[in-house]
Amino acid sequence: MAGRVVALIVTLLTLGPLALVAWRAEGGWGADWPALRFTVTQAAVSAGLSVLLAVPVARALARRRFRGRGALIALLGAPFLLPVIVAVLGLLAVFGRSGLLNGALGVAGLPNVQIYGLHGVVLAHVFLNMPLAVRLILQGWQAIPSERFRLALSLGFGPRDIARHLERPMLREVLPGTAVVIFAICLTSFAVALTLGGGPRATTVELAIYQALRFQFDLGRTASLAALQCLICAAAVLLAMRLSVPPGFGKGLDRVVAFAPPGWRRIADALVLMLATLFIASPLAMIAARGLPGMMDLPQAVWAAAGRSVLVALGSTALTVAAALALAGGGRGMGLMATLPLAASSLVMGTGLFIAIWPFIAPERVALPVTLLVNAVLALPFAYRILAPAMGALRADYGPLADTLGLRGMSRLRWLVLPRLRRPLGFAAGVTAALSMGDLGVIALFAAPDGPTLPLLVQQLMGAYRMEQAAAAALLLVLLSFGLFLLFDWGGRRGSDL
Amino acid sequence: MRLLSAFLFLPAMAAAQDRPVLTAMTYDSFVTEWGPGPELERSFEATCGCDLRFVAPGDAAAMLSRLRLEGPRSEVDVIIGLDTNLMGAARESGLFTTLEGMPATDLPVEWTDSTFLPFDWGWFGFVMNRNMPIPASMAELADSDLRVVIQDPRSSTPGLGLVMWMKAAYGDQAGAMWERLADNILTVTPGWSEAYGLFTEGEADAVLSYTSSPAYHILAEGNSSKVAPIFTEGHYLQVEVAAKLAGSDQPDLADDFLRFLLSDEAQKVIATTNWMYPAREVDLPEAFAGLPRPEKTLFLPPDQVEDLRDAAIDEWQAALSR
Repeated sequence: MAGRVVALIVTLLTLGPLALVAWRAEGGWGADWPALRFTVTQAAVSAGLSVLLAVPVARALARRRFRGRGALIALLGAPFLLPVIVAVLGLLAVFGRSGLLNGALGVAGLPNVQIYGLHGVVLAHVFLNMPLAVRLILQGWQAIPSERFRLALSLGFGPRDIARHLERPMLREVLPGTAVVIFAICLTSFAVALTLGGGPRATTVELAIYQALRFQFDLGRTASLAALQCLICAAAVLLAMRLSVPPGFGKGLDRVVAFAPPGWRRIADALVLMLATLFIASPLAMIAARGLPGMMDLPQAVWAAAGRSVLVALGSTALTVAAALALAGGGRGMGLMATLPLAASSLVMGTGLFIAIWPFIAPERVALPVTLLVNAVLALPFAYRILAPAMGALRADYGPLADTLGLRGMSRLRWLVLPRLRRPLGFAAGVTAALSMGDLGVIALFAAPDGPTLPLLVQQLMGAYRMEQAAAAALLLVLLSFGLFLLFDWGGRRGSDL
Repeated sequence: MRLLSAFLFLPAMAAAQDRPVLTAMTYDSFVTEWGPGPELERSFEATCGCDLRFVAPGDAAAMLSRLRLEGPRSEVDVIIGLDTNLMGAARESGLFTTLEGMPATDLPVEWTDSTFLPFDWGWFGFVMNRNMPIPASMAELADSDLRVVIQDPRSSTPGLGLVMWMKAAYGDQAGAMWERLADNILTVTPGWSEAYGLFTEGEADAVLSYTSSPAYHILAEGNSSKVAPIFTEGHYLQVEVAAKLAGSDQPDLADDFLRFLLSDEAQKVIATTNWMYPAREVDLPEAFAGLPRPEKTLFLPPDQVEDLRDAAIDEWQAALSR
C-alpha cells in the first residue's frame, strides 16, 4: 500500500512537470534525430562497458581479502559523486592534452592520445559509473549464501563450475538492472558529452532540451524532447526487467566463506584490482591537488553554503530511503516507476515545478524545500536499485515466516527489515546523501540570491573568474559528499556481518 | 524542526518591511559577493528609501525564459543583464516599456534604442598566454597550431557572440572560415565557466572570452601573463542592457534605479566587478583603461541577429561536425 502511494507521488513528480511544460506549449512538436542517435549510442556503449569492466573487479573484491580492501570499496563511491565539471577537469588532468598520460607518453617518445570524441565521452562515463556498477555487483556476490559455496566446494566444483552454477545466475539478476541505471544516467548527460565529445557532433537530447527551453523558448519542443527521453528510458527498464531473472538461491546462515581460487586467477585478480584503482584514483588525486592550494582562503560564503547543502542532503536522504524501502517492498512492478526519475531532465523538472508553484508562492521562498524534494526524487532510482534485490530475497526467504508470526508494519520493519538490510540501507543512504549534496538539479531556477547551495556557489565562483577558489570549494564539496557517504556506508557495514 | 524550517525559509523572511520594494532580476554572477550586486544595493538603498531585492534565476538566457514563464503577472520591476543577442527576442515578448530621460551613453556604436539601456559592454576576444605565438587576425588563428576552446552557441551567449562575430566579419564566407578554424577548436563547452576553466588548467591555448578579461588577472591577481590579441578583422561587440517591465508597480523607482546604474559610482563598480567597459566615460584603473582596444568594432543590430541566428548556428554546426 505504502509502495503504491510512493510510486504515485514519484510518478507525479517526474511526469507532472513534463505535462505542465507541455500544457504551456503553443503547438510545435519536434525531435532531433542526430542528437537522439548519438545520445542512445553513447549511453548504450557507456553502460555496456561499465558493467563489463565492473564484473572482474567485483569478482576480485568478492573473493580476495587484503589490506585496504575496505578502503578500496569505499573509494568506489567517490567518482560517482563528483560534480560534472570537477570530474571533467580531473579526467583532463590525467587524459587531456597536457595531462599525465600524454606527459608520460611524451617522455617515452610515443605519440599523444587524443581524448576528445565518442571514446572520451565513454571514458568519462565509465570513470563515473563503473565504480557504482562494481558496488552493485559486489552486493550480488555477497548475497549468494555461503552454504551454496560450501556445497559447491564439497562437491569438488572448480572455478568454472562455480561460475556456471552460482555466479552466472546471480549476474543474470543483477546485471540488467545495473546496466539500465547507468544507461539512464548517461542518457541525460550533457556537459560531459559536449565537452569531451569535442563539439557539436556530440550533441545530446539534453542539450537540445536546454537550447529549446532557454534560447528558443519553445515549450512544445522542450516537452516532446523530454518525453522522448522518458520513453527511451522506460523501454530500457522494461527490457531489463524481462532479462533479469531472480536466481532463487534460498536463504543461508550469513557466514562468509571466501572462495579464493589460487594460481593464475590470483594474479589476474591482483592485476584487475591494481588497474581499477589506478584508473579511479588518479583523476581523484588530481582533483585534490587542484583544490588544496585554495583551501586555506575559502570565502566565508562557502561555509554557509556548505551548511545549507548538508542540511538538504540529510533531509533528502531521510525521504529517499523511506520511499525506496516502500517501493522495494512493493514488488517487481515498481521498478519502472523507481527508475523513471533518472530520465527526467532536471531542467524540465525545474521548469514544470516553477509553473506549478509560481501562481501560489514566490519560488525563491521555497528554493531549499524544492531542492530537497527534487534531490530526493532524483536519488530514488539509486537507493531503489541498491535495496530492491535484497528486499526481494528477504521477502522470499523470511516473508512466509514473518506472515505466520503476524509480524507487520513497524515491528516487521524493526525486527526483520532493518537488521537484515543494514548493509544495503547504509550504502543506499550514503549514495543518496552524497548525490543530494552534489546535484545541482533545479536549484538554479529557484535560487534565492542570498542562499546558494555549495554546488551553485562553485558555479558562481567560476563565473567570477575565481577558478582557484572554485577548485577549492569543489574539493570541499567532494570531501563533504564523500564524508557523508562514508559515514552512512560505514554505519551499514559495521555491525553487519552479512 | 522549527530551527530547520527557520533555516530553510530564512531568505524569505529577511525582507518583510514597510519600505517600497524594487525587484530587480539579473544573472547569477551579478549578485554574488564578487559581482556588482551587493555594492550597488548598498549605495542605492542609502538614497532611495526603498528595499532593492535581486532575483537571479541563472544566466541571461535563463532570465528571459523565466520572465516569459511569469508573464505579465511578474513582480519584477527591472531586468539587468540581457545582451544584444537576446534583445530581439526580449522585444518580441512585449514585456518591456520605453524609457524616458535616461543619461546619454558612450558606446563604440551609435545607440538609439529607447527600451533597452546599455550599462556596460565589451568586445569578444580570445584570451591566451603571452608566451605563445600571438595571432593578429582570425585568419592567422585558423592557420596556426593553437588549440582553442569555445562555447556552444546553442547554450551560451559568448558562443552565440562568436557565431555572430564570424558572420559580421566574413558574411557569406563565414561557413568556409569555420571550416578553416575547425581543426583549431579543441572542444566546445556548454558555458563560459567550463571553457575558461579548461584554459586556466592549461588544457587549451586560448579561450573565447572578452578583450577586457586580462584586466581581472592584472588587477585582482597581479598576473600580467594573460593577453587578448587584437584581430584585424575587428571584434564583435556585446552590449549588456537593462530594461523596465511594462507591468512594474514601481515605475518611478525603476527609473531612478536605471539612472543610478549609469552614475559614475555605479559604473566604476560594474567595470571592476563585471570586468566589462563602463557605458559612460568614467575613470578606470590604468591596467584596465590601458588594455589594447580593437580599431574596428563589428556589430549586428538585434533584429538582424534574430533573423540570422538559426542559419548561422546551422552553419557553425555543419562545419564543426565534419
